[in-house]
Amino acid sequence: MRRARIAFGDRVVAHDLTLEFPAGRTTCVLGRSGVGKTSLLRWLAGLLPDTERAEPVAYMAQRDLLLPWLSILDNVLLGYRLRADQAALKTAEPRARSLLAEVGLDDRRADRPEALSAGMRQRAALARTLCEDRSVVLMDEPFGHLDAVTRFELQDLAARLLANRTVVLVTHDPLEALRLGHQVRVLAGTPFVVGPPIEPPGSVPRDPSDPALLGLQGRLIAQLRSAPESPS
Amino acid sequence: MRPLITAIGLLLAWEALTWATGVPGYILPPPSRVAVVMVERFDLLIEQAAWTAAEMILGLVLGLILGAALAVVFAASAGWRRWALPLVIVSQAIPVIAIAPLLVLWLGYGMASKVAMAALVIFFPVVSALYDGLRRTEQGWLDLAHTMDAGPGAVLLQIRLPAALPAFASGARIAAAVAPIGAVIGEWVGASAGLGFLMTQSLARGQTPLAFAALVLLCLLGLALYQATDWAARRLVPWQLPQGE
Repeated sequence: MRRARIAFGDRVVAHDLTLEFPAGRTTCVLGRSGVGKTSLLRWLAGLLPDTERAEPVAYMAQRDLLLPWLSILDNVLLGYRLRADQAALKTAEPRARSLLAEVGLDDRRADRPEALSAGMRQRAALARTLCEDRSVVLMDEPFGHLDAVTRFELQDLAARLLANRTVVLVTHDPLEALRLGHQVRVLAGTPFVVGPPIEPPGSVPRDPSDPALLGLQGRLIAQLRSAPESPS
Repeated sequence: MRPLITAIGLLLAWEALTWATGVPGYILPPPSRVAVVMVERFDLLIEQAAWTAAEMILGLVLGLILGAALAVVFAASAGWRRWALPLVIVSQAIPVIAIAPLLVLWLGYGMASKVAMAALVIFFPVVSALYDGLRRTEQGWLDLAHTMDAGPGAVLLQIRLPAALPAFASGARIAAAVAPIGAVIGEWVGASAGLGFLMTQSLARGQTPLAFAALVLLCLLGLALYQATDWAARRLVPWQLPQGE
């Protein structure tokens, strides 16, 4: 994306923004609450008024957004149902089933979402996102309101399933960014500026007990805290 | 159990009141007299009740269909909404009882005018409840559908409409509660059959116990209609909408 400007009325969130997201890699965008991470993601998804998105995307939000009247399997196939392409829907169904098996919901595909726990629902949302088979995957704090252990397990699962996809994941959790991102970018300031890419060593998902990772986490937190107010 | 005890208590008090005061039967008949009449005139009462029930059910179905169709049109097209919504609101400002004689004039003394009357009364709660539901779709679902390249028709049919079904169900419950009003007002104004017609006829002839018997049946009909609609609404919407955050 180049020379983008994101604004709500008079409030400019970012201007003259040029960002590159490496293909086939996961880029984690880290920032404090309210800095404009979600706006950036929504801009990329073409969800802000008067914007066109550059590429087809699959979008995963903080909430699972499963439709309560559809079964888990039909929720995973939602994109194909909405596009009303019967042939594509037929070919996508086996993939939806195998994705559900991969996220461990093989035996729950006929259930309605309300019968599932929060962690299971988020796994179903992950399967729905992957079933879309789009070139770019956008994730907005996808594990934000899960408990620590469930979040940890889902990060592992996501890292495995998202391998070789172009992923932009925004989060306010430095550890999550360091575990999942091939590349981490820090967002700070009003309007925000994007820090240089940080590439932690090792392959994802990284071990959270790795001392190198913990050292990096400390530096990221310091960077988030001392972010200079950029001139507007 | 408690409502039953309350009801029996009230009936006993009523019975006692009529005996104690010696009020004539054509002013306030005792419940025992009403019960006797209900048994004696059972055939007549059931016949008239069936007629009124048919009016209510047809009116309810017609009103639900028309109301739902109009709400969907309003949600789908801003043009239609701007032209027709004020008209719908104005139509509700006219007291129903004032239109009743006109409907009887146009549609006759038969069932049609009462069905139209009931449909007219229930149509507005249905339109406003469903239209409201269609407007308040969870934004996250709409965003998700947008990223999935869903067309407006698919979003309306597959997301907004199912998401609005709980709102439609509450509109339908209100509709079921007021449908008897429409049918009975229609019968009072001019009819040749029905419980409302039976009430006006028997009151004019001093057969007050029969009028009370008709009233009891009317009450039961209304309750049954509400219970049936409530049951159908639960079947239609077995899921819970997520709470707003």
